[in-house]
Amino acid sequence: MTNLAILPIIIPLFAAIILAFTTKKVKLSRTLAKVFAVINLMFVIYITYEVFTNGSIILETGGWKAPYGIIFVADIFSILIVLTSSLLTTAIIFFATRTVPEQKEVHYFYAMVYFLISGVSGAFLTGDLFNLFVFFEVLLMASYGLITLGGGKAQLRESLKYVLINLFSSIVFVTTVAFLYSVVGTVNMAQIAQRVHEVEQQGILTAIGVILFFVFATKAALFPLYYWMPKSYVVPNPVVSALFGALLTKVGIYSIIRVFTLIFIFETELTHTLFLWIAGLSMIFGVIGALSTKDVKMIVAYNVIPSIGFILYGLAVFNQDALSGSVYYLVHDMIIKAALFLIVGIVVYVAGTSDLKKMGGLIHNYPVLGWTLFLSAFVLAGIPPLSGFIGKLLLIKGSFANDEVVIVIVALLSSLLILYSVMKIFIQGFWGEKQIDLPIKSTKGLLSPIVFLLSISVLLGVGAEWVYPNIELISEYLLDPEIYINSVLKE
Amino acid sequence: MEIIISILAGLLFAVGVYNILQKQLLRIAIGTGLISHAAHLFILTMGKLKRGQPPIIQDGITQYTDPLPQALILTSIVISFGVTSVILVLAYRTINENETDNIEELRGNDND
Repeated sequence: MTNLAILPIIIPLFAAIILAFTTKKVKLSRTLAKVFAVINLMFVIYITYEVFTNGSIILETGGWKAPYGIIFVADIFSILIVLTSSLLTTAIIFFATRTVPEQKEVHYFYAMVYFLISGVSGAFLTGDLFNLFVFFEVLLMASYGLITLGGGKAQLRESLKYVLINLFSSIVFVTTVAFLYSVVGTVNMAQIAQRVHEVEQQGILTAIGVILFFVFATKAALFPLYYWMPKSYVVPNPVVSALFGALLTKVGIYSIIRVFTLIFIFETELTHTLFLWIAGLSMIFGVIGALSTKDVKMIVAYNVIPSIGFILYGLAVFNQDALSGSVYYLVHDMIIKAALFLIVGIVVYVAGTSDLKKMGGLIHNYPVLGWTLFLSAFVLAGIPPLSGFIGKLLLIKGSFANDEVVIVIVALLSSLLILYSVMKIFIQGFWGEKQIDLPIKSTKGLLSPIVFLLSISVLLGVGAEWVYPNIELISEYLLDPEIYINSVLKE
Repeated sequence: MEIIISILAGLLFAVGVYNILQKQLLRIAIGTGLISHAAHLFILTMGKLKRGQPPIIQDGITQYTDPLPQALILTSIVISFGVTSVILVLAYRTINENETDNIEELRGNDND
């Protein structure tokens, strides 16, 4: 049974290998890609069910006992995020089979997508800090392939920056792991946590924690380390942008939550005040970025930054309501970002330009597309009863309990401006005079994956009564690291 | 011994960062290679440097080498080897497409 924990990594890996061989037969690889996505999703749903009913599944690879071997931990937090990522990757792959140019498909597109998924699931499920680095590299290597695929001038230029910044942060990551190893003598996360608890987190450990935070902050695109992100997320194919926007930055913020709820939890005065500042500044600067541009893709890419800020803000407040809010918002944001990037991809495709000034009147020919954009803007900004609202409500409730009022004002103002920045696409792109000279392009079958994602998103909000108790379980679990440590080390 | 290697790693970091901050793409690629070497040296040093001791835990033996840093380093070297080759190919393609190897000129605001 414990082998279940590795299936979300193994299935995409096998899929990637098989798809690498069928790459010349485009139709076959399209079908296979879809089939593997559904298989993976079904297994993940089953594992989620198992974890929520019977508790964490812990796999000790090769039979090596916990602190010595490599372990994979499918606990309620990690498996929820894996489930979310499988749901959205399924939708994205179905979208990809209809939109990605054949020239890219034959150049190992699906294989690289599956390597990326495998790396992302691995990063979520691993219980070993060095292994986290390895999975980061797996997903980054696949992302390097995807971001440069079919490269033109601008694409290569921006990908180079993306590769360099990620490479640099990975090296700092390895160095930090080495520092941590020299202090606590292990790389197993549960054992690190145990030993940090024993020595009550001395100064050196806090310093290591802050370096680790900046490593993950680079990957998560938090202020002041976000400058590489918007452009490099805009240049590749919209499908790739959706995958990146929904998954890659979230891996960074997931690692921050994991590390700072499990290991470095004694100096919250210092670290979590830092988080609060960075969260607030990310919201402000992200929104300013989104308002400053007239490029629809850039608007959505900049919107990634404040949402990461929201998730970090829940961690910074660090009580149960705020952490529930963070987890809720993380799940909500992964889904809605995927949907938004895909919608904007279609908008750019039908309008033939990504410049808002040249668009207008799209609602006459594409009413459904227009209203999905409208709905997703509402979901993103958190209009009740949609899913963004529940997350923000919990965050704000948590911060009032801790008397953090300024950040609440910043958060609410930035949500308002987020709504405006996305509405701008709707108002300027869809309203107005019909452009007669614009050829009408078929969007047949493109909208169903988006509608699928949006309906999950709406369900998360409307069905909060069923979802919230599970999220509350997760935040309770996160606030008590002893449960994780005991379940892994079995004492 | 540890102190010498630490200083060496620090030097490599300094040289690597200096190279990354240069304008020429090839220098940047070399810089990333240098700092990854520095990181690897660090990992090795953090596991304590000893000579002539087997990596075995047995009753009665107090002197043994820690095998874990070596396993970590091996993984890390392979990864950085792969990434360096990717960077070199990507830099080569970028230089050809954009007709410049100067990072300042690769700023660009156009999305063509």
